Amino acid sequence: MAGATQQNGDVLVTADGTPLRISLARALRRQKIRALFLVAPLFLFIVITFFVPIVDMLFRSVENSIVSEVLPKSTKLLVEWDANGNALPPEAVFAAMVEDIREGRKNRTITRVGQRLNYETPGMSSLFRSSGRKVKRIKSGPYKSALLKANKKWGDIETWKLIKQFSTNYTSGYFLAAVDAKKKPDGEIVRVDEDARIYIELFKRTLKLSIIITMMTLILGFPIAYLMAILPTRTSNLLLIFVLLPFWTSLLVRTTAWIALLQQQGVINEFLVFAGIVHTDSRPQMIHNQFGSIVAMTHILLPFMVLPLFSVMKTIPKSYVRAAVSLGAHPWLAFWKVYFPNTVPGIGAGAILVFILAIGYYITPELVGGTEGTFISNRIAYHISGSLNWGLGAALGVILLGIVIALYLLYDKIVGIDNMKLG
Amino acid sequence: MAKLPPYLSTPERLWHYGFRVLCALIFFFLIFPLVVVVPLSFNAVPFFTFTKEMLALDPAGYSLKWYENFFSNLNWQGAVRNSVIIAFFATLLSTTLGTLAALGLSRPNMPAKTLVMSLLISPMIVPLIISAAGMFFFYSRIGLQGTHLGVILAHAALGTPFVVITVTATLVGFDNSLIRASASLGASPTTTFFKVIVPLILPGVISGALFAFITSFDEVVVVLFVGSFRQRTIPWQMFSGIREHISPTILAVATILVIVSVALLVAVELLRRRGERLRGIQET
Repeated sequence: MAGATQQNGDVLVTADGTPLRISLARALRRQKIRALFLVAPLFLFIVITFFVPIVDMLFRSVENSIVSEVLPKSTKLLVEWDANGNALPPEAVFAAMVEDIREGRKNRTITRVGQRLNYETPGMSSLFRSSGRKVKRIKSGPYKSALLKANKKWGDIETWKLIKQFSTNYTSGYFLAAVDAKKKPDGEIVRVDEDARIYIELFKRTLKLSIIITMMTLILGFPIAYLMAILPTRTSNLLLIFVLLPFWTSLLVRTTAWIALLQQQGVINEFLVFAGIVHTDSRPQMIHNQFGSIVAMTHILLPFMVLPLFSVMKTIPKSYVRAAVSLGAHPWLAFWKVYFPNTVPGIGAGAILVFILAIGYYITPELVGGTEGTFISNRIAYHISGSLNWGLGAALGVILLGIVIALYLLYDKIVGIDNMKLG
Repeated sequence: MAKLPPYLSTPERLWHYGFRVLCALIFFFLIFPLVVVVPLSFNAVPFFTFTKEMLALDPAGYSLKWYENFFSNLNWQGAVRNSVIIAFFATLLSTTLGTLAALGLSRPNMPAKTLVMSLLISPMIVPLIISAAGMFFFYSRIGLQGTHLGVILAHAALGTPFVVITVTATLVGFDNSLIRASASLGASPTTTFFKVIVPLILPGVISGALFAFITSFDEVVVVLFVGSFRQRTIPWQMFSGIREHISPTILAVATILVIVSVALLVAVELLRRRGERLRGIQET
């Protein structure tokens, strides 16, 4: 306000005598704080309900305190033991182990150690379960021979190496398992046996199917986005409904619809038989395989390709192509050299969006993918609610998250997060 | 459709029609699966297929029993109740927090705007299975796993990005001189907020709320992990229904949901138009 400032030497000051520059900076800071105050509640909310859980998952993927928690005395003594020598641990360790197992059985935690070590070497679960039962008959030493009598695996040096290896609080074991590798007790990292390698294959399949689905949505989405862009607004708005309706419809409704269409006794097979194209005994298998996953997910993700493409194409002036044609270019050439390069931002945005969504899809592959059309996310879900190997599920999740964050940054580079539009 | 110019050559005419036929097929691919569930849900037999009686339009081939089953089955009714309760509270939470944040983000002097924005909308980008896994781990640690509150908080987190994005978009065309005008006429900031800002951004807020509602209403991955049978929602019930015993009741539910989504689509479109009219943006 002009009246509030007055000339005082060289410095402009406000009515109360503070220099104008300081007063303005103060006002600006106040405004910044006010803006931050508005954002703060949501920010805190998202941190607590969303970021902390993600961090918890990161923690679970390396966390490994169960062995040292349940077997505190023996793991402490095992630190001293040289795992590379060929001798079993001394008598004191055996005595501590007996005590630990007895304590663990009382607290019902001993089976959890067995379960944990069983992920690394099969047979550990039964070792701890049977020792837990027999250990109460061991009244006095020598504990070594008593424990060996309870289960001869205690005489195997590998058992002790394994316990020593996993008595640290953190482990890379889950991440190694997630890429089909394991660490030997002597620290060497080796690939697991041929027939146990599943995760690399699954990651490859997830990427392959996501790329196929992205390509399919581009192939199907480009023509209709182009048609909507060249038609008058009234018509294109009408056509947009065909894209938005599936977009707004429940994911499970669309998946259910594809089950109804694709299954053996489904609508498409019935039609093919009715039309005499295939015989009723040789109905093609269209569901519970990769084909089912690809078709259903292409349909479900197609709107995410069409909407960004359409919003970019709408802004390309029609005069560009007309100019090219009037200068003698064949319509095809004009399209390819003038129109198409202008749509690239839309293609990039749509493709990355669809790819990010596809790579983490769970519900649709679970219901129509069978065994060969499933994704890495199905395996994560299996480890969380089926096998209860939470650490491995978390490690797989962290790897998937890493891939998605990389793609997200790429998306930000190409389109910018601010430019994200809906509907 | 406009008439074709007379100077086009035959291949060009063929291309013109051929391209439209191709597009029609793609639109058919998009819409056909949604259309097909409607008649199938009136099936008289417990299969997902058209019977001979249905094709002959024989009334005996049609039945309302799957709808009757939906409205009388306690499992489904519990699912409807849970869905509505969870979606309502999740929407309330995400709309309130999201609108406030969008107002803050749209101020010209918000510091680190891009960074904050990308953090706030990350629940939309992170694959649901990862969010669900993380929430399962953390919520079971603090005792929220298997509670309504846990699912509501999780769904509110997933819904806020939509509110932030739609309300921020509404505020892009916002004329800040309106606030100054209101203040110069003697209105307090609170009066200005309720009498000037709210009416103008209301369409954006409501469509953001609809997005948040549909996010919660449709969501199944997080419910599967964070919830339990007592928190079963309609999608949860459909998911387990498809896995266990597939019955046309699921198709009846699907039909009802398609109708709900048509209603929501119309509502969002009307709101968008009204919002643009209020802010004086001309339809281009």
